[in-house]
Amino acid sequence: MKILKRYFDRMRPYFEEGGRLHSFRSVYDGFDTFLFTPTATSQNGTHIHDAMDSKRLMIIVVIALLPCLVFGMYNTGYQHWLASGEEVGPFRTLLLYGFLAVLPKLLVSYAVGLGIEFAVAQWRGEEIQEGFLVTGILIPLICPIETPLWMIAVATAFSVIFVKEVFGGTGYNIFNVALVTRAFLFFAYPASMSGDKPFIAHDQILGVGTPLPDTFTGATPLGQVATMSGDSAIHMVGVNGAELSTWDLFIGLIPGSFGETSTLCILIGAAILLFTGIASWRIVLSVFAGGAVMSWIAHMTATPAYPVSMLSVGDQLCLGGFAFAAVFMATDPVTAARTDTGKYIYGFLVGVIAIIIRTYNNGYPEGAMLAVLLMNALAPLIDYCVVQCNINRRARRTRPNS
Amino acid sequence: MNITLTLKKGLDLHIAGVPSGTADKAESRMPQSVGLTPEDFPGLTLKPVVKEGDTVAQGQAILQDKHHPQVNITSPAAGVVKSIVRGERRRLERVVIEINSDINDETVYETAGTDTPVKARALLQSSGLWAMMRQRPYNTVPDPESTARDIFVSTWDSAPLAPDTDHILAESHTELKAGAELLGQLTQGTIYIARKKGSRIPDIEGAAMVDVTGPHPAGNPGIIASNIKPVNKGETIWTLDGITLARIGRLALTGHLDTTCIITLAGSEVKTPGYIKTLIGSDIESLTNGRLTHTTHNERIISGNVLTGISVKRDRYLRFPYTQITVIPEGDDVTEFMGWATLSPKKMSTSRSFPGHFLYRKLFRPDARLLGGRRAMIMSGQYDKVVPMDIMTEYLIKAILSRDIEKMESLGIYEVAPEDFALAEYVCTSKMPLQSIVAQGLEYLRKELE
Repeated sequence: MKILKRYFDRMRPYFEEGGRLHSFRSVYDGFDTFLFTPTATSQNGTHIHDAMDSKRLMIIVVIALLPCLVFGMYNTGYQHWLASGEEVGPFRTLLLYGFLAVLPKLLVSYAVGLGIEFAVAQWRGEEIQEGFLVTGILIPLICPIETPLWMIAVATAFSVIFVKEVFGGTGYNIFNVALVTRAFLFFAYPASMSGDKPFIAHDQILGVGTPLPDTFTGATPLGQVATMSGDSAIHMVGVNGAELSTWDLFIGLIPGSFGETSTLCILIGAAILLFTGIASWRIVLSVFAGGAVMSWIAHMTATPAYPVSMLSVGDQLCLGGFAFAAVFMATDPVTAARTDTGKYIYGFLVGVIAIIIRTYNNGYPEGAMLAVLLMNALAPLIDYCVVQCNINRRARRTRPNS
Repeated sequence: MNITLTLKKGLDLHIAGVPSGTADKAESRMPQSVGLTPEDFPGLTLKPVVKEGDTVAQGQAILQDKHHPQVNITSPAAGVVKSIVRGERRRLERVVIEINSDINDETVYETAGTDTPVKARALLQSSGLWAMMRQRPYNTVPDPESTARDIFVSTWDSAPLAPDTDHILAESHTELKAGAELLGQLTQGTIYIARKKGSRIPDIEGAAMVDVTGPHPAGNPGIIASNIKPVNKGETIWTLDGITLARIGRLALTGHLDTTCIITLAGSEVKTPGYIKTLIGSDIESLTNGRLTHTTHNERIISGNVLTGISVKRDRYLRFPYTQITVIPEGDDVTEFMGWATLSPKKMSTSRSFPGHFLYRKLFRPDARLLGGRRAMIMSGQYDKVVPMDIMTEYLIKAILSRDIEKMESLGIYEVAPEDFALAEYVCTSKMPLQSIVAQGLEYLRKELE
């Protein structure tokens, strides 16, 4: 460690003002503070600080996402093998296939996003902010596996620049950056992002897997239900035609966006986030509560005109990335409501709106995504009302005879 | 009238170097010299009324407010004015008085007639004890012309490693009573005296006793005020600690100005942490000499506690409120590889991602590093957990940062002082300098509204 530290200290002058490599100062700073805890000490105010910092904060979220990532890799392989009709290969091979399928997307998302972050930090003369560590892994997790790389690059660049950096960077954005990336893809390239094509990996990668015919389709369970017509009882099938039970939906070996199919893995992530106190339990709880209440209402008043309304409450909460949105998207502290009371209202409405959109608008199984984005926009309004209550309470104190 | 106040929010920090012994058995260490620092008395514009080389008596006026010449800062000891130190643009930095044991002069104050508001006020202002109170709004020395709506005294210092003066104050019952009587002249309202629940301090006639429980900052008079009767726009309250109240009482009873103070010398870098009896403004060298561990790494000497204290060099002086010296490692010479990933139980944190969080009895040895980069506000709700006031802390901070006076007022800036945000600053993941933000906000408001 000492050698590395000495090396970094020796390199420092090159990156400082007037140094030959000054244009890479933000990169140097980023790596230096990543490897070695900054020795800056407090110059005013409290003399000691809590050991928690934004790097650890972001890394814990990344750790919480790992179960979903690993499961996503396995599931990608599993769905591919199911679709190819061959006997399902060994665990290792499925995982390797999924790893190879997602790796380019991870790399593209991080390269584009971090590239922009480094450039902006350099231009503004600021430190690198860690926000994209989480966004970078979220983007591949919420996109269908067959999303073309160039689309991911374009969408990532769009949202990092126009959703985050123009507002001032991490901590100032109004909308969740990863979700805007997904929404951008959804609205800009609907043909590649929805329907029954993009959710199963088609290609052979580095000799692993079997190429599927171009005509192969495998719709997500929610997609199947949304496009059902007539009075037939609802049923969901896997890519091999087998019926899917609520338990299957919970475990998550179903077609869907890469990392959001397994409610089980999402709940493991939720446990990590709630235990460490990083996600607000108020939001997680109230999103699920809102979703459950609205699903129940929809189920009670089910009609064949809106086939999704026939789904049970359990199915609704397991499908379509609802759980993923509740745990990882709605809880983003920057874009969620910031007051305690506001969090209950915000979360509950996310849950309700997600179910309303997917149930009563058959074209949009992506209700959870749209609900979080909508509530991101409304969160400041909710907070405004909560803060106004405090202001009014204070104003009442000075009013005579009160 | 007794009030019981139970506060839930807050945080007790478990820091190594807990003082042993008790305040009444404090080791006596008399300094070589004492220093008075004008910066300790915000709101006053102080100028020296003595010259270098002058012989001064204990209790004699050394500094005087430019706008209110009746308000003094007085000498803690008899001696000779050694130096009057000025900094940039001739700003007065401190006045140093070298103690001379041959000089025993003492200014004895006239106490006759202090049962009238005018005389009571004059006594406090001329003796220097006025400057040891604070007012809200603005957290300054009380405006010399003002009267308080209510006065809040706290006899409990709940800060980390703070001295426990309960026993001493319990025995100073007569002084506390006399102090409360004198202050009673200066307010139409109530004098609230807060004590830790289970304290031995008896009820003081004429004052409302408040029994407080809860984690730090439960003992801060401003927090107690905010939970009993918060400050509204246009109102002024005064706050002070129990020791100052006892000093006021002694002055009123005898005319003698008590300039001794009992402090703790504590923290992980102190060999034998304990209580010291010394003088207001003692030189740090006299107090710490031979008591520090003298390891090879850098250390930070703090006059005050780790949350609100002031970093001082060895050749400087004990600063207001003259209650403790904490010595912790500076930390600027530590090489820590990927500190953000650590699972070491030595890390002090409120986050459950650190194993140390679960070691309830462990005493930590934090250093002065920020342990992270300064960022925009990311986490929400962190501050509210440690600020036991009906204040939307985040929104108040944002209003201050945007210098929006109307918003600051409506969110209750008149109720707060920087010290109320000290714990929030400690827990802040984004390492925001909250105390200095609030201090600047208060200063801005005071200038704008004057």
